[in-house]
Amino acid sequence: MTEFFSDLGTALPRLLGEGLRDTLLSFLGGAVLMVIVAVVLGVAMHQGPRWLRVVARVVVEFFRGTSLVVQLFFLFYVLPNLTGLGSLGGTWTAILALGLNYGAYGAEVVRGSLNAVPAGQWETATALSMPWATKMRRIIWPQAWALMLPGFNNLMVMLVKGTAVVGLVLLNDLTFESEQVRREVGTWPAFLAALLIYFVIAWVVSLALRALEARAQRRLGLGDFEVRKARQDADQVMAGGVPDDQDGR
Amino acid sequence: MPTDPDHRPTTDARTSEEEPRVRFEDVHKKFGRTTVLEDLNFVVGRGERVTLIGPSGSGKTTILRLLMTLETLTGGYIWVDGDPLTHDRRDGKRVELRPKQVAQVRKRIGMVFQQFNLFPNMTVLQNIVEAPVHVLGQSREQAAENALSLLEKVGLRERADAHPTELSGGQQQRVAIARALAMDPEILLLDEVTSALDPELVGDVLNVLKDVAASTDITMLIVTHEMQFARDVSNRVMMFDGGRVLEEAPPEQLFSNPQHERTQKFLEAVV
Repeated sequence: MTEFFSDLGTALPRLLGEGLRDTLLSFLGGAVLMVIVAVVLGVAMHQGPRWLRVVARVVVEFFRGTSLVVQLFFLFYVLPNLTGLGSLGGTWTAILALGLNYGAYGAEVVRGSLNAVPAGQWETATALSMPWATKMRRIIWPQAWALMLPGFNNLMVMLVKGTAVVGLVLLNDLTFESEQVRREVGTWPAFLAALLIYFVIAWVVSLALRALEARAQRRLGLGDFEVRKARQDADQVMAGGVPDDQDGR
Repeated sequence: MPTDPDHRPTTDARTSEEEPRVRFEDVHKKFGRTTVLEDLNFVVGRGERVTLIGPSGSGKTTILRLLMTLETLTGGYIWVDGDPLTHDRRDGKRVELRPKQVAQVRKRIGMVFQQFNLFPNMTVLQNIVEAPVHVLGQSREQAAENALSLLEKVGLRERADAHPTELSGGQQQRVAIARALAMDPEILLLDEVTSALDPELVGDVLNVLKDVAASTDITMLIVTHEMQFARDVSNRVMMFDGGRVLEEAPPEQLFSNPQHERTQKFLEAVV
């Protein structure tokens, strides 16, 4: 038993070095790109002219419908040949693939949240002659933001765990490192240490988003119904579905 | 046109040299296959207060929503002070205007909705200040000063920093009225503004509107089921049925001596 703990004691610091660094880098980069992709595609799907909606929908379905691992390989091995430019490098490849893949799911969250802002809010902004940008920035976005946070929370936690594939493009992330450490300390301590670290990261991320969510909802004085509806939509998106349209807008 | 001694004299657009405030010309509106308005023609003069009544589905609310550009015309024209609102006639052809052109004319129109629609991410004051600052380009100080005097007018100055959810429905609707007035509209559209309120809150809102009617020369188009309010405020009542004007007259005349059987039945049902 003491040996087990000393092995765990050996494994943890090893993983917390380079392993943690590459995992966090992939996660943070992927998260930033994910939000950008989600917002751009989500707003395009909801507000764009018909042609733009179609384009955004095709992009979303492509990245949702193809394997993350294959996307990684494609970006890492095929893209440099296609473009004739050099390789992106493992870190950028990982960030790009994770951001696009999870961003495609996020786009659905954004679209669903815009859709859940009551029609009366859009109409009142029009009745006050607000230009589109003002309407979105000042009226619609703050309300949609509160509704999309539960969905983003889910996606962020998935993204933390999703980074476990970046070893395939030669990053030395947690999963890769635990595989290395396993040879010295055995499977039990190595993978237990990795599990613990993933859990803590996911937990911190989730707490942070919950705090954001609570703040956004306090600002709006949102009722339970909207919150429950947002969580439901989030779960539906995670299950691969499209949230129901509430107001036909 | 008979004048009501309780109101300032209004311009009868049909005899006036100047353009009427609002003119509907052969207006058509279909939702899918359902025709809601058909060849609708009417004018509203400057400073007139017109109440639209009629059974639900008769197209009253659609008329307000078309004027506010919340719905798209499927035929005909709407003119505001002689300017085209969403469609213009050029060389005999019907041309849709660009959003920027529409926005110019739309600024003259304000609307109060049945469901108040206050912005939940803002305080009462911010709700009122937002559009004047971002649309009319007023300074925050100027807009806030104006907003406070409007809140005074609707009896809610002390609630300026409250959150919309802290207000009763009636208070929210009074804020919504102040918000619409802050844009200094020439035309105010009131769409069943008391229908979502508890009965005991209706009076306050109607009193505010009567006050606005008495102290300004804003043209008003009103859809309401409050016949006493229609009688008090409007100088003309238009009875709609099936997307057409069945009859129109000053309120005291229409309410006491309706010409159409359809109008009689409707009035019996609502009064």
